[in-house]
Amino acid sequence: MSTTDLTPSTTTQPPKNSGLSQVLNDTMIIAWRNIRGGLRVPDTQIYMFIQPIMFVLLFAYVFGGAIQVPGAENIAGAYREYLMAGIFVQTMAFAVAPASVGLADDMHKGLIDRFRSLPMARSGVIAGRVVSDLASQFVVLIIMMICGLIVGWRVHNGVLPFLGGVGLMLLFAFAMLWVGALIGLSVGNPQVAASAGLIWLFPVVFLSNAFVPPESMPTVVRNIAEWNPISALVAAARDLFGNQSIIVSDAWPMQNAVLAALLWCVVIIGVFAPLAVRKYKAAASK
Amino acid sequence: MNAIIAEGLVKTFGSGDKAVKAVSGVDLTVDEGTVVSMLGPNGAGKTTTVRMLTTLLPIDGGRALVAGYDVADQPQAVRSSIGLSGQFAAVDENLTGRENLWMFGRLYQLSSKQAARRADELLEQFSLTDAADRPSKTYSGGMRRRLDLAGSLVIHPKILFLDEPTTGLDPASRLDLWDIIRQRVRGGATILLTTQYLEEADALADRIVVIDHGRIIAEGTADELKAKVGGERIEVVVHDPALMQRAIEILQRGSDGQCVVDEHTRKLTVPTTMGSKGLVHVIRDLDEHKVEIDDIALRRPTLDDVFLELTGRHAEDEAASTDAAAGTDAAAGTDAAAKEAAK
Ligand SMILES: Nc1ncnc2c1ncn2[C@@H]1O[C@H](COP(=O)(O)OP(=O)(O)OP(=O)(O)O)[C@@H](O)[C@H]1O
Ligand SMILES: [Mg+2]
Repeated sequence: MSTTDLTPSTTTQPPKNSGLSQVLNDTMIIAWRNIRGGLRVPDTQIYMFIQPIMFVLLFAYVFGGAIQVPGAENIAGAYREYLMAGIFVQTMAFAVAPASVGLADDMHKGLIDRFRSLPMARSGVIAGRVVSDLASQFVVLIIMMICGLIVGWRVHNGVLPFLGGVGLMLLFAFAMLWVGALIGLSVGNPQVAASAGLIWLFPVVFLSNAFVPPESMPTVVRNIAEWNPISALVAAARDLFGNQSIIVSDAWPMQNAVLAALLWCVVIIGVFAPLAVRKYKAAASK
Repeated sequence: MNAIIAEGLVKTFGSGDKAVKAVSGVDLTVDEGTVVSMLGPNGAGKTTTVRMLTTLLPIDGGRALVAGYDVADQPQAVRSSIGLSGQFAAVDENLTGRENLWMFGRLYQLSSKQAARRADELLEQFSLTDAADRPSKTYSGGMRRRLDLAGSLVIHPKILFLDEPTTGLDPASRLDLWDIIRQRVRGGATILLTTQYLEEADALADRIVVIDHGRIIAEGTADELKAKVGGERIEVVVHDPALMQRAIEILQRGSDGQCVVDEHTRKLTVPTTMGSKGLVHVIRDLDEHKVEIDDIALRRPTLDDVFLELTGRHAEDEAASTDAAAGTDAAAGTDAAAKEAAK
């Protein structure tokens, strides 16, 4: 029986990184593993692209003919210009799905436990997930914009507002990823996470100005739609890209769409990021 | 010096009527440089104890020091001193074996180069070099298990927690793993290992603690435990039920223990201290007295025997009724143990 004392010896102890550099290191390692692993199962990625493309085709060519854009009733192709901002925001909102499924899967397979037993940064696993999913949302956004250009969507407001619009979309995706992280860590089962992540999002997206102008909705529904965070994001995107933002509504978020959108993102991040990190610390694998 | 000290550990899952007291007042000390094996049936509380000691589960009652650090107050310091291989292999199945080990190294804050070198060494040591660059989802269960174990050794941890490390390994891999564990111990590591096999505890452990219903019901060296169970025994299956009585007399003659009779299977069991020599005597005597037998064997004590001896119940019955029993136990035991722990 050895009597050497237990103070960690330098030979077995890795060098200690300072707090922030460790967080960055761990986040990038986890992001690397997510991307690296994700590329080996390309089918999940492909669904992420197919769904928004189907929405574009469905709304642009099937429902679009029946929907009137206020103030542009007689302009050919007006609806397709109107539609794309809704598609972008919806696509970013659906970032919830990969984040929740990814973390639930890690939890299900016991990897979260493993990571929690390592001396890594507490936020590293979720932050890594957010970084890798944000990167793939960015790719999806670019593909959706190319689709948009093909069906007739155009940017009318110049480079800076355009970049602002792209930045806003990514900020929104970033916010929604934290929502997804919380859901994934809470349900802990990838199958459940896949539906729990999205099932509430469809009504939220449809109860907005994403696909149908709220002006055509009954008053109560219309009020809900105007204050829906999705509507603020969509209206802001239309403002920034210059797509028929002939504002008919005088609701505050519609009048100040960019500001409202930014505020919503800040609120979502402020609420869900701490909740997700807290959930991670207490997560027990099922 | 103690590498692991636990005092009155308590863990209760759920609350109210449904509360399950998974661990109720476990005391445990593991000296530095030794191997302690925690032996117990399904649902005994082994995994729960390991998860508390490795900072994965909050401790409901009691206190634990690992590597001199308080598990509740200094979890991060504990984490940089330990390696954990959980009961179920936890590797990223989309990454290759090499990538998995590199990632674990990086998360232990090794440099990229150090992590790569360490991954190579471990792949070699665990005979995974050939499969190193295949995604680990293509690995067999045993290979995955080995990769998982390799992952817990990335930083040469001072203290290793291995939760049923050889479950699912073939005999050759099991022996390889035992060797690796022994090497670690020679290198100064401390190991807490859970197992359901007395044989494994016997081969590796300096000390064995037997856990059941969240409580430690016995501890000692393998020999001490076996002595409790009565050491080796001879089992005879008599062919003709009419000759049972004669066979019992013969067996009883060569043993100072009690002969256990199972009428239904015509099986007689008697303790022996003479090993195979005793077996030879019995066979000769039975033959002389014309007692025909269907089967005869010298048996070493198993976990089940230890259990039978310690609890008066079979380990298997135990496992089947654990959840129900733990539930009622929990209700009664919670307050007492919590008070105990609070002291
Ligand atoms: N997360 C949980 N929620 C509720 N009960 C749990 C949980 N984890 C464990 N238990 C219960 O606690 C008890 C002890 O479980 P534990 O996993 O520690 O047993 P074990 O000794 O590791 O068994 P095994 O040999 O099957 O791995 C069991 O009754 C189990 O049902
Ligand atoms: Mg277990």
